[in-house]
Amino acid sequence: MPERKLMYGNHAIVEGVIAAGCRFFAGYPITPQNEIPEFMSIRMNEIGGVFIQTESEIAAINMLFGAAAAGKRAMTSSSSPGISLMQEGISYIAGADIPVLVVNVIRGGPGLGNIAPAQSDYYQGTKGGGHGDYFTITLAPNSVQELYEFPKLAFELAEKYRNPALILADGLLGQMMEPVEFTQAPVDPDTLREPPYALSGCKGRERRVVRSYDLKPGKLEEMNWQRLKKYQKIQETEQRFEATACDDAELVIIAYGTCARVCDAAVRIARAKGQKIGLLRPITLWPFPNKIMSEMSKRIKNFLVVEMNMGQMIDDVKLATECRSKIHFHGRPGGGVPTPPEIYEKIKTIMGGA
Amino acid sequence: MTMEIIISGFGGQGVVSSGIILAHAGLTEDKNVTFFPSYGAEMRGGTANCSVVISTDPVASPIVASPDVVVIMNEPSLTRFEPIVKPGGILFYNKTLIKSVPKRTDITVIPIEANAIAEELGQGRIANMVMLGALIKKTGILKVDTLKMAQRERFTKAGEDQLSLNDRALDRGYDQV
Amino acid sequence: MKQLFGRPQGLTDVLQRYCPGCGHGIVHRIIGDLLVKLDIRERAVGIAPVGCSVFADEYFNCDMIQPPHGRGPAVSTGIKRARPDCFVFSYQGDGDLAAIGTAEIVHAAARNENITIIFINNAIFGMTGGQLAPTTLPGMRSTTSVQGRDIKTQGYPIKVCELLAGLDGPHYLVRTAVNAPKNIIATEKALKTAFVNQLENKGFSMVEILSMCPTNWGLTPIQSKKWIDDTMIKYYPLGEYRNRAKEER
Repeated sequence: MPERKLMYGNHAIVEGVIAAGCRFFAGYPITPQNEIPEFMSIRMNEIGGVFIQTESEIAAINMLFGAAAAGKRAMTSSSSPGISLMQEGISYIAGADIPVLVVNVIRGGPGLGNIAPAQSDYYQGTKGGGHGDYFTITLAPNSVQELYEFPKLAFELAEKYRNPALILADGLLGQMMEPVEFTQAPVDPDTLREPPYALSGCKGRERRVVRSYDLKPGKLEEMNWQRLKKYQKIQETEQRFEATACDDAELVIIAYGTCARVCDAAVRIARAKGQKIGLLRPITLWPFPNKIMSEMSKRIKNFLVVEMNMGQMIDDVKLATECRSKIHFHGRPGGGVPTPPEIYEKIKTIMGGA
Repeated sequence: MTMEIIISGFGGQGVVSSGIILAHAGLTEDKNVTFFPSYGAEMRGGTANCSVVISTDPVASPIVASPDVVVIMNEPSLTRFEPIVKPGGILFYNKTLIKSVPKRTDITVIPIEANAIAEELGQGRIANMVMLGALIKKTGILKVDTLKMAQRERFTKAGEDQLSLNDRALDRGYDQV
Repeated sequence: MKQLFGRPQGLTDVLQRYCPGCGHGIVHRIIGDLLVKLDIRERAVGIAPVGCSVFADEYFNCDMIQPPHGRGPAVSTGIKRARPDCFVFSYQGDGDLAAIGTAEIVHAAARNENITIIFINNAIFGMTGGQLAPTTLPGMRSTTSVQGRDIKTQGYPIKVCELLAGLDGPHYLVRTAVNAPKNIIATEKALKTAFVNQLENKGFSMVEILSMCPTNWGLTPIQSKKWIDDTMIKYYPLGEYRNRAKEER
């Protein structure tokens, strides 16, 4: 068995990012993710990487734009209000087809909100987030282990499709401790190939230009249609999910991140009492795992969406299940975190009245 | 086997450290563990609490709604957490600092003179170690030697004097129940 | 016939879309020249701003990037830290640098980031059609100050060299102009110093260049040159505001 180390979620992200061969971090302090820049400043110093504490999240995302356009793996982390500030930059980066990694350790909103765990940035993270036609590849880890593993996956997907990738965590995942197995073989950044767009000086080649605009008539439209093909391919091939106890389930809960953990516990309570409840956990929030949901909806009459928000995922579930099933909802906005008994009560209500 | 624990007290009573030591010891004994602290503004406001889950199965929820065990270090924590202990659960409380008496009759209530014992050993701030010693004895969830190892992992900058004092506090707590 | 003068290899062979009498072309030409003279074209990465000179990514014959409005110094920082061997220059107008990008330029200067900033100050928003800029002079007319800039409601212009000279960080801050041969020669000299500073790892250099915008000033090109001499230079005095190289001597 590989070594298991008790780690904070926020620290696990740092180790995952470094294992993925990323040597560039720029970011601005904000609770509940401060342990990321703090630990990153120490680790980047140890391994000769770049750490910059910026004047704002706006500067941070643009430093990423520069570093990533220069062909390097680059990441930033923040929490909800800071991610809002980054949206302009993320839109430009998406429009320039440049891969970067952004981690959002979500807190309660809107506005300054609070610092409690939340999932209220689901729309922002899955519908583009900034201006223009674009999507980010969005991953939702549900354990400290996945916080360690997903940065590498995110970089690989981002680079494969030349698109920004987002990890949506929340304050609970960032602040909790769990054992981590160091499963990743560390990527040596020097072994990563220089990407074809990299700005590195035009010696021995044509000059390169990284930009998101084109004012020639019809050209931007054409660029957008090209990007749609990319998005369709991602939707076709990159849907990820975890299905637990769904085979004989009469009710399937759909939840991601922290809520998936809480619902997992609720499913165990229900199963122990003989109730046939399953859990479907989207791992990619975009692309949304609609194939499995469409499939399930042919058999499952009731789905229960559980989120730490007012129900932002419901629309996606309704579309995925093509309105064949009844969609129930249990939500906790504004930093509320549901408990397993609370979810179980909801299950009882649905099963009793279903 | 799954045990859900909440530890609560003032900031500075070693609540977070206690939780991490428990989780670490659990990991050392090859169990599955989660640790989740109250954080940020709430913590700086003076009260601190944390949830620890130790289990032979993979831990589902790190959120603890009705704990099997609570460790209460101060008065406000008793008010807050006594009502949510699972029926049949155990409530340890720091009798030195808490004048109220827990009222629940469907749980086991164990008073520990944690601060008095700690002061006797020469250091009030190791009252948390006394409580941990009592907790593992009563619950049998972990071995005392594992906790002694875990506290050494936690306090990497402490000298041997402090570490052995912590050990003695664990032992004294252990002998209380 | 011997050719004495031509387009430098540091510029691409495309028609530049600047207005007649605009100063951008002169500055572009100097930069294009320096990229070749200093033999840095093949390791240069340039930043084109949002504004009239957004098209600079088509004009400079080197790797280029076009970031969000005002974020040139942050993008430059990312490139330079990721590839310290690259020569990184950020070309910015006054709306880009002194309005929306104020935080980025101040902090890049405070960090003494080893990058070169070319700051074109023409006291007006060009691309969007002549609105008030942070550099528009008191009393000067723009499409959002049709009676002239009213300092009571629209405040005072920002003098960027003087502002940044209040910081310990920057290595080199200078203001020049491109309205007359003498000033153009001084601009070329200043830009060369700013470029060499980066090659010698000295840190942050900025050349602020007073430049003509006849279209939005409502003047002829010749009147525009004279206006810089008569009015603009009086408000924005030319000269070095910081030169650590001289202080160290």
